[in-house]
Amino acid sequence: MNITINGTSRIVNAGPLTPLLHVLREELDVLSPKAGCQQGGCGTCTVLVNGEPRRSCLLPIAAVEGAEVRTVEGLASGGKLTPVQEAWIHHYAAQCGFCTSGFLMAATAYLEKGGSDDHAEIAAALGGHVCRCTGYVKIYDAVAAAARGESFDLATTAAGSRTTIRGVEL
Amino acid sequence: MEDPAVLIPTSVAEAIESFGAGGDIAIIGGGTILVPEIRLGHARPSRALMLHGAGLAGISREGTRTTIGAMTPLSALSSLGEPIAAAVSNIADLEIRGQGTVGGNLCAQNTDAPRGDLQGVLIALGATVRSVGAGGERSEPAETFLPGRADRLVLDVSFDAPAAGAYAYLDRAHTHEYTALAVTAVRTADGTIRLGANGAGPHGLRLPSAEAAAADPSAAGVAALADVQLFDDAIASAWYREKTLPVLVRRALEQLKETA
Repeated sequence: MNITINGTSRIVNAGPLTPLLHVLREELDVLSPKAGCQQGGCGTCTVLVNGEPRRSCLLPIAAVEGAEVRTVEGLASGGKLTPVQEAWIHHYAAQCGFCTSGFLMAATAYLEKGGSDDHAEIAAALGGHVCRCTGYVKIYDAVAAAARGESFDLATTAAGSRTTIRGVEL
Repeated sequence: MEDPAVLIPTSVAEAIESFGAGGDIAIIGGGTILVPEIRLGHARPSRALMLHGAGLAGISREGTRTTIGAMTPLSALSSLGEPIAAAVSNIADLEIRGQGTVGGNLCAQNTDAPRGDLQGVLIALGATVRSVGAGGERSEPAETFLPGRADRLVLDVSFDAPAAGAYAYLDRAHTHEYTALAVTAVRTADGTIRLGANGAGPHGLRLPSAEAAAADPSAAGVAALADVQLFDDAIASAWYREKTLPVLVRRALEQLKETA
């Protein structure tokens, strides 16, 4: 069967009940969706399926035949991060980073649907995602800032002038 | 582990034929419960029936009657008014609600956690479940359907618009996305009060003793204890459920009165 990953059509050989997560990571080498709890409870495997956030660990591959799947690998284009990715860096929203992929995709769907910087609305959109570093405040700050359309100087952080990505070419 | 033989019907008729009389067959609706169970080997069906292409999704209305196809995602139910809207918004999280289905929720088994949040809600609504399996097609009240749900393929559920509905649930941080206990109260169009509970038995249960005492919400709360089979699990003890069920019954009935 075929699925489209980040705009590229890919052939999949896995059995029909194989979770999308394992097809992405093990067959297609798309590694941003993480295998966390693998039972739908943590959110880090979240990808967009036809624009909607879904737990790839719970989604049998046969149910997404022909669908458009987006992962973190498909966010940046031409070396330019999306505003919510830049907000993540500027607000230090990633600590260990394991939950980041899922949060970014859920936040991307929320913002693409016109989500605002309202705290309760962000909480409803991201409520299925767990950050075990408990960095929720900065994650919410980043999504709210992106929702407000702020632009970010990636040489500094929201907390001060310390460089966060010094030496990294994007 | 041997993989189950997978059947992917492309029409309702084909789905019914594939399910036949049921037996050793897992029905995959959204997959949120069964996909990890099968992957981890906790469930080992010899056949799996995947319904995503069977044409069983959709909500239709005819007069005061609403019919919900078994494969309708839970997220689509938030526009159906109370008590369904409140109950659905409390199920798991946004992603799971977009994937989990009405049929899957109705047929969920309470294995390691209370599942099937809509069971008690549909009981309170007096919903009819249309299903197929051994003996052919059957339409029956949700409370009659639930004990034998493992052997049926649900086609749709339908109910008449209630005059009012209320939903009260136990919210504890450590229960994660599971609802440890919930009570639904409905006033039907003819003024009858119906009560359904979730997390108070092996599946959603009707609370007839509490219904009989519904005029006095506190008394109804105590009466409800005669209607349930409370259990211990990882997220709440039977003792705790016994203490909180009367409170939830009272709250649901008081909330219902406010909408009078």
